[in-house]
Amino acid sequence: MNLNKLTIKQALEGLKAKRFSSEELTRACLKQINKTNKQLNSFLTLNPKAIDEAKTADKRIAASIKSFKKYPLLGIPYALKDNFLTNGLRTTASAKVLDNYIPQYSATVYARLKQSAAVLLGKTNMDAWAHGSSTETSDYGTTRNPWNLNHTPGGSSGGSAAAVAADQSIFAIGSETAGSVRGPACWCGVTGLKPTYGRVSRYGVIAMASSTDSPGPITKTVYDAALVTQVIAGHDPFDATTSQKPVDIKPQALSSQTNLKGIKIGLPQEYLVKEMDPKAKKLVLQAIDKLQQLGCQLEKISLLDPHYSIGVYTIIQRSEVSSNLARYDGIRYGNSRSHFNYEAKNRVMLGTYTLSTGYYDQYYNKAQKVRTLIINQFNQVFKNLDLIVGPIMPGPALKVGASQASPMFGELVDMLAEPSSIAGLTGLSLPCGFVNHLPVGLQITGPQFAEQKVLQIGHAYQQATDWHTKKPPAYD
Amino acid sequence: MSKKVDVNHLAKLSQMTVTSQQAKKLSTGFSETLKTISLLQKLDTSKVSSTFQVTGLKNIFRQDKINQARTLSQKQALSNAKKKYKGYFVIPAIFK
Repeated sequence: MNLNKLTIKQALEGLKAKRFSSEELTRACLKQINKTNKQLNSFLTLNPKAIDEAKTADKRIAASIKSFKKYPLLGIPYALKDNFLTNGLRTTASAKVLDNYIPQYSATVYARLKQSAAVLLGKTNMDAWAHGSSTETSDYGTTRNPWNLNHTPGGSSGGSAAAVAADQSIFAIGSETAGSVRGPACWCGVTGLKPTYGRVSRYGVIAMASSTDSPGPITKTVYDAALVTQVIAGHDPFDATTSQKPVDIKPQALSSQTNLKGIKIGLPQEYLVKEMDPKAKKLVLQAIDKLQQLGCQLEKISLLDPHYSIGVYTIIQRSEVSSNLARYDGIRYGNSRSHFNYEAKNRVMLGTYTLSTGYYDQYYNKAQKVRTLIINQFNQVFKNLDLIVGPIMPGPALKVGASQASPMFGELVDMLAEPSSIAGLTGLSLPCGFVNHLPVGLQITGPQFAEQKVLQIGHAYQQATDWHTKKPPAYD
Repeated sequence: MSKKVDVNHLAKLSQMTVTSQQAKKLSTGFSETLKTISLLQKLDTSKVSSTFQVTGLKNIFRQDKINQARTLSQKQALSNAKKKYKGYFVIPAIFK
C-alpha cells in the first residue's frame, strides 16, 4: 500500500512501530501531488520546508516514543486551505488581491497544528475569499473533482477536499461559513466536520462572514476528524468569540461506543427538499435506516423550510462580507481593490445595499430576526432529541460551469448546511453511497458543543459500512 | 422588491470598479437575488428579537497589556507594503 493512502490513525501506528518514517510518508504525499496536481489543481503553494519538518519529526520519534504524547499529530502530513495565515508562506485566499501576500503571523489553527508536529505540505485552492461552493471563483483556476474531472469538487474548501480524496494528503483543514467543509467533503467522498461556532479559533483566518466562520477538518474517517479537532479546538485569547468550555473530544472513546442504543435522532421532513436527486435521497434514507439498525431511535420532525435559510444566510453573509472586505486597500499589503473578481463585487455590493439606511430593517434586521426563529426551533427539538440527520447536499457533484447558472449558486446548493451554520451548531458530513460514480453524503447535526456525540454516531456508521474506504479509481 | 438597485452608486460606496458590462450583469443578478430573499417577508417576526451572534458570550475583555508575542517590528509591519518612505507606509493623498 502506498503510504499517502493511510489515514491519520494508520499513519500514527506505522510511525510508532517504525515501519516507515515521517520523511517517507511526506515524500509519498509530495509524489502524489507532483503526479496529480496538474489535473486537479488542488494545491496553490507547496511548503518548501515540508521535508525538513518531516525530518524534525523523525528525530523526535527516534528520541522517544513518548514524543507522540507531547505531539499528537507527530509527523503527519496535511494540507491547509489558503485562507489560513502561515507566517512566511504565501497566503492568497485564492484572490489576486493577495497574490503576493506573505503573512507576518500565523493563524491559531496553523500554530496549533505546528505545535502538534504535523507536517505542512502546502496551501490548497478555494473559491476566492471563500465566495462560492464549487472552487470556480478561484482566481487561480478551478479545482477538479477526483471522482470525475468534469465535475466540481464543491467549495469553498474544494482544494482541501480533493487533496484528501486523491490521497495527496493524509488530512486537510478547511473552513466553513455555511457548507464550505461539509459540502466539498460530500462531493469528494470524504469526511468533514464543521465544529460549533467558537469551538475553533478564527484568528488569522481571512474573514468571510465573521458571525458564522468555523474552521474544521477534512479527513478520510470520522476517527481522524476527532483526532484533528481535538488539536485545533479550544479557547484562544486572540479570538474573543472562542469558548472557555473545556474540549471534550476524545477519539479513543469512539472505539468503545459503537452501540448507539438510546440515541434519539430526528429527520426533518422539510430537509428532503424538492431539488433533491431521488437516487441520492434514497441513499441518505438507507444510511438513516442503518443508524436505526445500530440502535438509534428515529423520529420524524418538522423544522423551518431550509429555503428560508437561503435568504437569511445570503443577507447575513453578504452584509458581513461587505464589511470584512472593506479593509483591502493595497496599502499595508496586497494589491489594490481593482483586483477584486466579479463574485467579490457581487457579494460586497449587495451586502453594502442590505446594510444601507432605509434597507437595513427590511433586509439585515429581518434576516437576524428569522435567525432567531431558526435558533429557537433547534433549541426546541434538541430538548427531546440528541441529533438531527438528513442529506447535506441536494445531489452529487455538479459539472464544472454549474456556478454560472445563478448569482446565488453557492447559497442555493448549500441550503441544507445553512440552518445549522446560522445557528452556530456542529455538523458532520460523511459518505453514504454513490450516484453515477459520484459520492453522496449524510449529514449529522448536533447542538452546540455536541461534537463528541456527532462523531460517535458517525464513527459507528463507518464501522458498520465501507463507503468511506472507496477511492476514486483514477487516483487509487 | 421592484425598485432597481443603483449599481454604480453601490460600486462607489464599496470602492469597487465595475465595467458597464459587469454593471449590467450585476443589476440583473441583484434583482434576482433580492427577489429570492424577499421570501423572508412571509415570516412573522413581530414577536422575536434579532440575533447578531450565537455564542452567548458577553463583554469579553483582556488585560490592557502589550503582548510581545504578537507585536510586529516596524520592519515586519512594512514587509508587504509596496510603497514606503523612511519606515512609513505611503498612502494616497486625501487632500487635493
